[in-house]
Amino acid sequence: MNRKSMKKYGPVFLLPTMIAFAIGFLIPFVLGVYLSFCEFTTVTDAKFVGLKNYLRFWKDPSDVFLHSLAYTTAFTIVSTILINVIGFAVALALTKKIRGTNLFRTVFFMPNLIGGLILGYIWQLLLNGVLAYFSRTLKYNEIYGFAGLVILLCWQQIGYMMIIYIAGIQNIPGELIEAAKIDGASSSQMLRFVTLPMVMPSITICTFLTITNSFKLFDQNLALTEGAPSRMSEMLALNIYNTFYGRTGWEGVGQAKAVIFFIMVALIALIQNRLTRSKEVQQ
Amino acid sequence: MKTLKKAGALFLTAAMAAGMVSVPAAAEEAKGEVYYLNFKPEQAEQWDALAKLYTEQTGIQVDVLTAASGTYESTLKVEMAKDKVPTLFQVNGPVGLATWKDYCYDLKDSELYSHLKSDDFALTGADGEVYGIAYVIETYGIIYNKALLADYCALDDAVIADASEIVNFETLKAVADDIQARKDELGVEGAFTSAGMDSSSDWRFKTHLANLPIYYEYMTEGYDSTPAIKGTFLDNYKAIWDLYISDATVEPTMIASATGEDANADFALGMAVFYQNGTWAYNDIAGNEVADEDLGYLPIYIGAEGEENQGLCTGSENYWCVNAKAPEENIQATLDFLNWVVTSDEGRTCLSKDMGFVTPFDTFTEEFQAANPLVDAANEYIEAGKTSVAWCFTTMPSETWKNNVGSALLEYAQGTGDWDAVVTAFVDGWATEYEQANGAAEEETEAE
Repeated sequence: MNRKSMKKYGPVFLLPTMIAFAIGFLIPFVLGVYLSFCEFTTVTDAKFVGLKNYLRFWKDPSDVFLHSLAYTTAFTIVSTILINVIGFAVALALTKKIRGTNLFRTVFFMPNLIGGLILGYIWQLLLNGVLAYFSRTLKYNEIYGFAGLVILLCWQQIGYMMIIYIAGIQNIPGELIEAAKIDGASSSQMLRFVTLPMVMPSITICTFLTITNSFKLFDQNLALTEGAPSRMSEMLALNIYNTFYGRTGWEGVGQAKAVIFFIMVALIALIQNRLTRSKEVQQ
Repeated sequence: MKTLKKAGALFLTAAMAAGMVSVPAAAEEAKGEVYYLNFKPEQAEQWDALAKLYTEQTGIQVDVLTAASGTYESTLKVEMAKDKVPTLFQVNGPVGLATWKDYCYDLKDSELYSHLKSDDFALTGADGEVYGIAYVIETYGIIYNKALLADYCALDDAVIADASEIVNFETLKAVADDIQARKDELGVEGAFTSAGMDSSSDWRFKTHLANLPIYYEYMTEGYDSTPAIKGTFLDNYKAIWDLYISDATVEPTMIASATGEDANADFALGMAVFYQNGTWAYNDIAGNEVADEDLGYLPIYIGAEGEENQGLCTGSENYWCVNAKAPEENIQATLDFLNWVVTSDEGRTCLSKDMGFVTPFDTFTEEFQAANPLVDAANEYIEAGKTSVAWCFTTMPSETWKNNVGSALLEYAQGTGDWDAVVTAFVDGWATEYEQANGAAEEETEAE
């Protein structure tokens, strides 16, 4: 096939994907942004109200958006650090020549195959079972909920990040390691000056994934704490959901929050990408 | 068991029959269709069976979709935005109606409305429009285990000699405290079931129990809804809540995760004597360790003046509304279907026997009374001349108000918050939420 006919028929082959992309992403997105400027009960009878939705919730006593923002940020920081540090450590351990690495890799990866809601309910049972000895439950205060969510997300994501780190570590050229060894590098120097710089691309991907995943966390939050008590363990995504579905007349406000949320996630992801990317080395 | 078998048989017959006649039925045109978005998951199967039966008899397609517990509003919002909209949906009272008013067909001239016993069971507009019609009357109170309470009365130095002596809060508290103190002797785990604040159970307290202080305030002040509640009876609310959390099967710090099922199990397995819930709970209790004849019903006493004469809390939060934005022929089909439900033998049997509903329609004569011992117990209170407590909670300003009160109740119970927070959520929250809800409504009218 020559270039000319490629140009001619290219769009035809792209069309199905573009249609799917438009239906599944573009149209809902545009509609969603439009609805954030509207008041509505069902999405088909929206009425334009301008910026009202964007201003309405900041001062409302029953709305905990700012608390959710702070809570989510704290959660994202803690879980991103934990997941990546532990995930990397496990990856390091499992790239050493020890027996049963394949089995361990599989086992560590498995939790990632279970859906968030199910995980949430299972961990709720487990953690409540332990806390019951102290006459407490996960919903006693937001600290318990926070710890529970961190444990849950670590358990779920460490295996996934581990796989990415393992791939990165295995990609380090053997001669580089050999040269470092001949130069007499200690194992901590190896880690600091060889392994870490070489797996920087993996770190970029993993931090990106964990930051956005933690920031957007919904299922696990809903299943584990439902935001209780007093919506104090409610993260941003759940806060938006509750605003949209839980509060009559506030559908548009939920939509407005979702737009703000989108901008925040996009900004954070871009900044993070730039920061870690700049530390990557050319192989 | 008998009803279950019957329902099963009915369902199977209906399914078989529907399979046979579906082809000619589809051939006819412009007959309209019925699409019912059902609120009560407990009765989902019965509605499906009834719908099939109707389709079989008339050829009119009836679809029933049941929203999962706690997701009715969100499901309704989604369904209403589709091409095929529900023709029949539910609102929970005046506050729910405010959201969906534009979608409500005026039922004033419908046959269904003509069978309604009293306007108390209808949601009416300012100019006499009928927006919603209640189809089930429910009653809640404190369900108690007669056998266990009799065991208690037989103990030495029991506070009472017979259950009938509990006619006010003072006695109720004395009995509950004593049962709690001697629970090992009685072989129970607590006087009351767990006061679970999980979302499957918290409505029993943030909505149903909160109804009592509201009811008494409405009675004293003489109004039937208010933009600003005073909270005159909140001390009573505190008293009964204290009783529920301290004389219970679990410690107050554990109730955040206690579910409705937990509470039901406590009672149905004979581990607790008292259980605040309503007539709808019968199906969940039946078939366990508590025999039907051991089910007793007490009013929820909160220590208000004159409560010796107080009955159970009776009302409805299930109103049928016909979607005014549905195609004309579908509206007509829906009205016909509803009329059939409340007038035909099949419909009446299904509602009263299979679903166990007490209905406000005059077509439900002697032979169509619900088979539910809790309903019988509720009727005894009415016959004894006790004053039923109205469901004032349908005038609560918003879901957010309920949630905030519930959260404050939980924090108070756990010891992580104080009672003042409940008062604030109750009184101040009412005013702000009322303004939110009605301020928005006013703007809407202006825009129109």
